Amino acid sequence: MGIRDFLRDKVQKVNTPDQQRKEIDEKLWLKCSGCGEINYHKEVTKALQTCPKCGKHFPITVREKIDIIIDPGTFQEIDENLKSLDPLKFKDSKKYPDRVKAAVKKTGMNDAFVSGIARINDRPVHIGGIEFGFLGGSMGSVVGEKIVRLVESAIEKNTHVITISCSGGARMQESILSLMQMAKTSAALVKLRQKGLGHISLLTDPTTGGVTASYAMLGDINIAEPGALICFAGPRVIEQTIRQTLPEGFQRSEFLLEHGMVDMVLHRQDWKSGISKVLEFFG
Amino acid sequence: MATVLDFEAPIVEIEAQLDELRNLPGLNSDQMNKEISSLEDKLAKVRANIYKRLTPQQKVMVARHPDRPYTLDYIQNIFTDFTELHGDRLFREDPALVCGMAKLDGEPVMVIGHQKGRNTKENIHRNFGMVNPEGYRKSQRLFEMADMFKRPVITFVDTPGAYPGIGAEERGQAEAIARSLMVMAGLKVPMITVIAGEGGSGGALAIAMGNRIGMLEHSIYAVISPEGCASILWKDASYAGKAAEALKLTSKDLKELNIIDEIIEEPMGGAHRNHPATAAKVKDFIVRNLAELKTMTPEQLFEDRYQKFRNMGVFAE
Ligand SMILES: [Zn+2]
Repeated sequence: MGIRDFLRDKVQKVNTPDQQRKEIDEKLWLKCSGCGEINYHKEVTKALQTCPKCGKHFPITVREKIDIIIDPGTFQEIDENLKSLDPLKFKDSKKYPDRVKAAVKKTGMNDAFVSGIARINDRPVHIGGIEFGFLGGSMGSVVGEKIVRLVESAIEKNTHVITISCSGGARMQESILSLMQMAKTSAALVKLRQKGLGHISLLTDPTTGGVTASYAMLGDINIAEPGALICFAGPRVIEQTIRQTLPEGFQRSEFLLEHGMVDMVLHRQDWKSGISKVLEFFG
Repeated sequence: MATVLDFEAPIVEIEAQLDELRNLPGLNSDQMNKEISSLEDKLAKVRANIYKRLTPQQKVMVARHPDRPYTLDYIQNIFTDFTELHGDRLFREDPALVCGMAKLDGEPVMVIGHQKGRNTKENIHRNFGMVNPEGYRKSQRLFEMADMFKRPVITFVDTPGAYPGIGAEERGQAEAIARSLMVMAGLKVPMITVIAGEGGSGGALAIAMGNRIGMLEHSIYAVISPEGCASILWKDASYAGKAAEALKLTSKDLKELNIIDEIIEEPMGGAHRNHPATAAKVKDFIVRNLAELKTMTPEQLFEDRYQKFRNMGVFAE
């Protein structure tokens, strides 16, 4: 009996009204959006929110990503009080400050970047990442400033830097100021390099636009999450430009590996050991 | 025939009247001269009225005017002894980005700029000024060469954006732009940037990290095109006018936000009306700022550029 039949059997044996049964199903089992197989919720959690059958990586928060990489309980957050302003008085269908307010409420974060000092196999590192849930992980003044401060703090404390990216790109509501964060973050990495310190860039699904085209592609080592969309121009923009449908797997991690843009594609379960090896090489 | 922007119609109308008058035979010349000079006054007034009150969307149109001076026009009008340098040594030559050695009042400099075409054929060759990764790898190579031989770098920005295509993605458009930022941030020679037309997002920034940045009066510079912004935030590209306003993309906006150092005044009626006069103003900007930068040591030039970009951003703490 296959696992599918086994599960279907189980589901049918639960003798409750339809609605209630469905809720219990969703608590216990999860249908994979990648392979369509049904997994135990427990198993998916154990596999760090990936499909035990096909390896599909489901979205997780930036804090969960950091926790996967570092020694438990070693994270000390820095620069957590930085907040966005509205220098352009930007308004589309909503006012920018209202969008920020909603994102703060939704995520419990002040902006889209969380950074701090932590340990990996007892080695001190500076680590920070973008939360996609906060306005699509877009890079505005706060994200840029926090990345630069992370790098500057690493230089001061003489540690390597790990960044975790997950972003729709620039924050349009900050227009030119957002664009300049690309210059600013990339420049900070020049100083890091001058001090002989390394940058490990972990690119997760999705990493696009101005984030990819700045610090995120500038890792001494670039590591991609399996199946992640990583690109400069998004697939929709390209399709509109060339009026063609894009091939399957275009701009996914494995495509980037094949085209020489990332050093490795690593499963979440291998993030910590993979990054540890790089840190050991960096010395 | 010259391209006429719709809001320029009143200007063109008076110009036509003037032409007609000038070609009229056998009129009393005193009276005619009076007519002509009064029309000329009117023309100047109408033109000034229109050009002093351009909306952001109209500025977008002027910045994209097909007769606007491009990099090769500035090279011809400002520098001597231009020798174009080609290729990234890795894949191929990219004609959307022109690079070369030139002399500025006798001094060797590196000039790098986006190049659009004047007609369809040229635009296909130049890819409408949209650079592929190999173009940015060419400029990286030449930024580094200028640095090695201690020559100043002058860049001219005028692009709708970096090219969004399959090949561009395969060859790492994101990496090419990112690496360019790192290379420019590391330069220890003076670098001067002129935002000459369209400053289209990352594709513009990839050659725009000057120690000093000047911007032509009617140029634009933003993180996304008004059309792109409208189609994302308003879900409708026809809101481009609103997006152009919201994006704060004019030279005046950017001066207020401390992104640029100087607004370079255009001849009345726009840079497309008079290339040599525009180039003279641009040259003045370059020469003045270069003289200032040349008093700095290589380390000071590096740190000056670092601090300039380090301080860009507005937030609360
Ligand atoms: Zn699966």
